Amino acid sequence: MSDSRYSAGVRAYRDTYWDGGYEPIDTDVLACFKITPQEGIEREEVAAAVAAESSTGTWTTVWTDHMTDVDYYKARAYRIEEVPADPSCFYVFVAYPIELFEEGSVVNVLTSLVGNVFGFKALRAIRLEDVRFPLHYVMTCGGPPNGIQVERDILNKYGRPLLGATIKPKLGLSAKNYGRAVYECLRGGLDFTKDDENVNSQPFMRWRHRFDFVAEAVQTAQHETGECKGHYLNVTAGTVEEMFERAEHAKSLGMPIIMHDFLTAGFSANTSLANWCRRNGMLLHIHRAMHAVIDRDRHHGIHFRVLAKCLRLSGGDHLHSGTVVGKLEGDRNAILGWVDQMREDFVYEDRSRGLFFDQNWGSMPGMFPVASGGIHVWHIPQLLSIFGDDSIFQFGGGTLGHPWGNAAGASANRVALEACVEARNQGRNLEAEGTDILKVAARNSPELAEAMKTWKEIRFEYDTVDKLDVAGVERVVQQQGGRGI
Amino acid sequence: MNQIRSYTSRMTRPTNRKLGTFSYLPEMDAARVRKQIEYIIERGWNPVIEHVETDRATEHYWYMWKLPFFGERNVDVIFSEITACRKEFPGHYVRIVGYDNGRQTQGARIVVYHGDRRTS
Repeated sequence: MSDSRYSAGVRAYRDTYWDGGYEPIDTDVLACFKITPQEGIEREEVAAAVAAESSTGTWTTVWTDHMTDVDYYKARAYRIEEVPADPSCFYVFVAYPIELFEEGSVVNVLTSLVGNVFGFKALRAIRLEDVRFPLHYVMTCGGPPNGIQVERDILNKYGRPLLGATIKPKLGLSAKNYGRAVYECLRGGLDFTKDDENVNSQPFMRWRHRFDFVAEAVQTAQHETGECKGHYLNVTAGTVEEMFERAEHAKSLGMPIIMHDFLTAGFSANTSLANWCRRNGMLLHIHRAMHAVIDRDRHHGIHFRVLAKCLRLSGGDHLHSGTVVGKLEGDRNAILGWVDQMREDFVYEDRSRGLFFDQNWGSMPGMFPVASGGIHVWHIPQLLSIFGDDSIFQFGGGTLGHPWGNAAGASANRVALEACVEARNQGRNLEAEGTDILKVAARNSPELAEAMKTWKEIRFEYDTVDKLDVAGVERVVQQQGGRGI
Repeated sequence: MNQIRSYTSRMTRPTNRKLGTFSYLPEMDAARVRKQIEYIIERGWNPVIEHVETDRATEHYWYMWKLPFFGERNVDVIFSEITACRKEFPGHYVRIVGYDNGRQTQGARIVVYHGDRRTS
């Protein structure tokens, strides 16, 4: 406050919250918003309003402003940029002092950054595109309970992506028949099977019966194949107390992994469950039901890369990432951008992947990205090329829909995957030679030959709704003096 | 109409035991093994040869053949060590592991010899 006297009334936000010359410091939390303003309001004023409403400010001056050091605690809008090829909106960059946020609480960060400001009348729409969490803040969060390397050591699986499948039909199977479907998938060569997210504890299959029969299926398949197996036992429930009871039972059955839906159940529940997993040596698979409500609109909501970053801070060992090639939404470069945020120690700003900031994860473990939805054996060469070894491919229909059943479907996927890994290690180009690689592998696997016959023609080639703002990327990067690809 | 086939997997068949990556592919001949050794060396990983009795295969720790071959870039050297290991322990499983010291993990792990499994 430049004037130390109190004077009631409404002041322009920009007087306090716009600081075009501000150089962010290492400890600031930085946010990039895409803003679609109401007509007739200056950009700086809108930017300042967003900084104010997501930090210390309110619509009018209050006397208690003078009881604190607003200049110390306020957020600052410090940069405005054009959105490539979209004049209806612009980017605003805001820096928040780290003191504004409780340590280890993505809940607190989100409550400020995407709180009241998202209903602000001066905006037609607002989207949180990216957040730079300073390493100082990252270090206050628990993060993934185990991480990729530890999970591989526990499962004793190296040098390839892991394979999974969601048990179908989603709803209505009895616990014992459900366990049969699990057993067939695992004995055929999958590493994991998964509860569908809708499966919690319904009248047709209560959770305890499901857990008991699934545990028997997992153990039988392990004994039969000599390999470590798991089933993502979904512990998501109506109360957190109920979730812990289910998690404890999964552990008592000797199961290695449980599952949670982090958006429908919420970040607090997720963080608590991740802490429980860390204390109890359990792996944690994270599903993302409801994400598309939040992240799909190009002009409003929260971009998935922010949700993925928040989840890594909150804790999870696997997170669904999109497939690039399957039936669900996802632009290739954007997916690669947030997959980096899940797995890497340091991720550089890269506008061609939608990354607005450098992000340092320090020593926080990484998460396996999970590609799931509408994928089958023909997609494996491309999936391996895109995601690399530290990933999980889940073929639900692509396993259970095999004409000879789940075990044959699982085996087909495993053979195809291993053939592609071997070919890649030999230096062959998977995307160019994928068809040949699979055809040769199928000579020794009737299950794979049958799978290739069954799914050959399936394609999902709808246009992506949430595209990256890419036109003119070169120009923007140059202006920034920033890094290229 | 397709003939539906049963998935053949029986506890009594020794080939039923799976041993990680590449155990769903036909057993590797020397040329394929050498390619995988090349891959491990090219990635800068440390090649290690390990072996074990067939009934202990599911355990994490196998016997180590000598020590990890730190810095060894010659495929022939690694391959001849595998051959020597096989000769001394003809009934054992033998695997080659590429230890990735940067990421603290095993970048690759391949069972290259299946002992007497295939003939029993």
